[in-house]
Amino acid sequence: MTTLAPDVPAAVESVEAVRAARRRPRRRLLLVWAGLALATVAAFLARVLLGDFTFTIPDAVRIVLGEEIPAVSFILMETKLPRAVLAVLVGLALGVAGAIFQGVLRNPLASPDIIGVAMGASAAACFAIIELGQEGVSVALWGAAGALMMAAVVRLAGGSGSQLVLVGVGATVALQALVQYLFTRADEYDAHIALRWLTGSVGEATWSQIRLVVVGLLVLLPLTAMLAKSLGIAELGPDFATGLGVGPRRTDLVLLMAVLLVALAVAVAGPVSFVAFLSGPIARALNGGRRTLVGAGLTGALIVVAAEYPADYLFTDVNYPVGVITGAVGAPFLLWLLASGRTGRSAR
Amino acid sequence: MTAILTSVETSRLRAAGLSLGYAERSVVHDLDLALPDGEVTVIVGANGCGKSTLLRGLARLLKPAQGAVLLDGRSIHEQPSREVARTLGLLPQNPVAPEGLTVVDLVGRGRHPHHGRFRRWSASDDAAVARALELTDAVDLAHRPVDELSGGQRQRVWIAMALAQETDLLLLDEPTTYLDVAHQVEVLDLLVDLNAARGATVVMVLHDLNLAGRYADHLVALREGAVVAAGRPSEVVTPALVREVFGLEAQVVVDPVSRTPLVVPIGRHHRRSEATAVPNVADAT
Amino acid sequence: MTHGLALSRANAGHSLTGGAPRPARVLPARATALLVAVAAVAFVLSVSVGSVGVVVPWAALDPDHTSYAVAAARLERTVTGCCVGAALALSGALLQGLTRNPLADPGLLGITAGATIGMVLAVAVWSVQTLSGYLWFSFLGAALAAIVVHLLASLGGGAATPGRIVIAGAAVTAALTSWTTALLLTDHERFDRLRFWMVGGLGTGYDALQAVGPTILAGIVLGLLGTRLLDTLALGDDLARGLGRNVVRDRLVVGLAVVLLAGSATAAAGPISFVGLIVPHAVRAMVGSSHARVLPLSLGWGAVLLILADTVGRVIAPPTEVQVGIMTALVGVPVFFLLVRRGAGVRW
Repeated sequence: MTTLAPDVPAAVESVEAVRAARRRPRRRLLLVWAGLALATVAAFLARVLLGDFTFTIPDAVRIVLGEEIPAVSFILMETKLPRAVLAVLVGLALGVAGAIFQGVLRNPLASPDIIGVAMGASAAACFAIIELGQEGVSVALWGAAGALMMAAVVRLAGGSGSQLVLVGVGATVALQALVQYLFTRADEYDAHIALRWLTGSVGEATWSQIRLVVVGLLVLLPLTAMLAKSLGIAELGPDFATGLGVGPRRTDLVLLMAVLLVALAVAVAGPVSFVAFLSGPIARALNGGRRTLVGAGLTGALIVVAAEYPADYLFTDVNYPVGVITGAVGAPFLLWLLASGRTGRSAR
Repeated sequence: MTAILTSVETSRLRAAGLSLGYAERSVVHDLDLALPDGEVTVIVGANGCGKSTLLRGLARLLKPAQGAVLLDGRSIHEQPSREVARTLGLLPQNPVAPEGLTVVDLVGRGRHPHHGRFRRWSASDDAAVARALELTDAVDLAHRPVDELSGGQRQRVWIAMALAQETDLLLLDEPTTYLDVAHQVEVLDLLVDLNAARGATVVMVLHDLNLAGRYADHLVALREGAVVAAGRPSEVVTPALVREVFGLEAQVVVDPVSRTPLVVPIGRHHRRSEATAVPNVADAT
Repeated sequence: MTHGLALSRANAGHSLTGGAPRPARVLPARATALLVAVAAVAFVLSVSVGSVGVVVPWAALDPDHTSYAVAAARLERTVTGCCVGAALALSGALLQGLTRNPLADPGLLGITAGATIGMVLAVAVWSVQTLSGYLWFSFLGAALAAIVVHLLASLGGGAATPGRIVIAGAAVTAALTSWTTALLLTDHERFDRLRFWMVGGLGTGYDALQAVGPTILAGIVLGLLGTRLLDTLALGDDLARGLGRNVVRDRLVVGLAVVLLAGSATAAAGPISFVGLIVPHAVRAMVGSSHARVLPLSLGWGAVLLILADTVGRVIAPPTEVQVGIMTALVGVPVFFLLVRRGAGVRW
């Protein structure tokens, strides 16, 4: 018989060893998920209930269920709650997308915010705001289109792997020049709007935006889950992937899911700096070095919701967009990651 | 030169008129090769002769510029990749494991071709992984992170991953590079045992001609993208071949341990001394 | 890369991509003659042509001529452009030699971003008014960025390989850019003052040149002194040490030159990218890789490139002008993509 398939079954002890070895990490993973979910809920509640106005939980529940408490009702339902909800959803999308990019491209620095996808969104949106005088949904669509186009360009020009990261870096620098140029052509008001958009903000959250994101996530997340197994194979590199039956087209499909998630998030909130980049590595660190997409999504949600609070209240006269906080914190973390050598080249 | 097989040997994997190249360069030209089933085939040649390229072509990693790679009579590129993955296992050069993966995780990835769109992990997968770990003597490493293993252990784990695929054929590209000598012999012994125990077809690229001669049933020598010789090592490895393929003057003697051809380089420094008393294999009739 | 063979190749001018030594296609004498001819034409064009029409070049020298104002202004821009272009091109050539990376450019490696945030801090936060005042902030920013990039690339185990340097540069650029944006967001007025400067333009005048002239000159001198340093460094640190060089000191000298050149150019003309990338490659394609030829010729061709870019920017979209920073990006990005695709990429 010419096959490597077993003719002698494995010893029971070996099978037990295998099962035990698989169980251990799974327990930790569940713990991580639970912990992150709890933290996110806590941050969410803090964001919604605390602040200039403090709500008690019973009051908040009554308002949500439809009761009208003058003035306060509006604040909860039209500003605080939508902002917090959108923050969670956007963080979720960006976190998952970032983890996918980092996994497929096998480099934690290959994140949509660094390789030009987010910058593409920014440039397109600024173009729409400043040159075309657009606002609202139209800007969102332009932003999404920009993200998709940049992803395609970088992918085609850069091939895969390390080249892709380099091409993305170059594209980012070039797009920055474009954005600066657009700023010079804008009037004061538009320029300021564009600048806020540039860093990412959930400040203008509306329930219609939230509906849009929820629908998008309901479509994209299950698809992503189905493709998650391919991600695990793609992580081994293109040769192994092909050898195991996951061709380059399938890898591209996984990346496409990630780009669509980024486009969705960017369309409503702008490119919230560094969330996509940070979520994957943080989730991994919590999970003992193992990749987890759910963990990354939860981490992203946690980061954005948690950053929303200081963004709003840190400086009394300025209402920063959340992207400034995530950027200010994310940047040193990025540098620390590099310094400690966790840039993804793993053992042979 | 076509590889000649005896009438009793069959060959599921063949190259027919195969030309492979990168960009403008053609690395392998119009090559015909039949890889005998159930045997250990080793491909050797000097650096840049195209042996890795050939293996990658056979494993469908490269699209042929001309000609075809045939698996069970059909072009390998026309068959769905996942199906091929159930028949043909591959261990490329310089494998890199993602961070944080444990041994069972990595070996478990090898089960992917057997999972359909919706079929998830099952008991048979546990069994396959366990068996693969037993064969590579890595069961006690099961829970360890791959990053923490030594070079030899890691290579065994990669081979276990390929074994977990449960294929009939196994292709390996330089599986012994970066291993020290003891581990090299360990890995090659393992592969030959697998072949002997269950008649799996093993095809590998090795750069060490002596190890190749020792472990191969069928030796294929390449030079500049063409097959120069193919057959049993004892017939194929001659001073003439070594000169042609490697550009090396050598004597070929019989390895006292394995009774296979052993290449003894001559080199400029030793040429001046008298010829040794050990008879040359080529002279013996 | 086989360092052993590189020794014999060093004099023949070995390719930075590690391939076969690149022979000089054009003799240096001929290349210089070509440069002089092209430079003369470019200079004249730059003074004559512009958004308000064509004037005769000698009008710039004759105060009584009707077109004196326009011509003199253009002459000012041209001279500025020559200095800035030369400085940027040389700094790029030095960086590429220093990091053994054909993709190095002060813009891509975070040095320009460092200079930028230094300037923004000076003008916006500490209200420095004079160019000579905020010039020092520009240097400081550039120097700090360079140090951080180098540290990041060499920490975490392993040497500062070209690939890690580029990624560290990308990370530092991303970080600094997000902080710069945050700073700009805090004050509308600040942003309005700075957004025109940030796109990169040559309109700052002779005062600016007076301030940065000496430092550019110092940078050029230091850089040219580093010619032989770079040829030796190109062989790799170990070999260079084996040949008796003090690698650390060599690196510092060349690094200082880069900072002086890039910092001055950014202070005078705002952040301009890609000049340092394109010009050395074009020069190497002409005369081979020996630094003795590449460095001086980069100076000249850098000047030419910048004033040509500025001239084209002035006529391409009448009646407005497209700033030079975006023109260089327009040209630089395709070149960059091409280089990466061809494999001038980086192994890490």
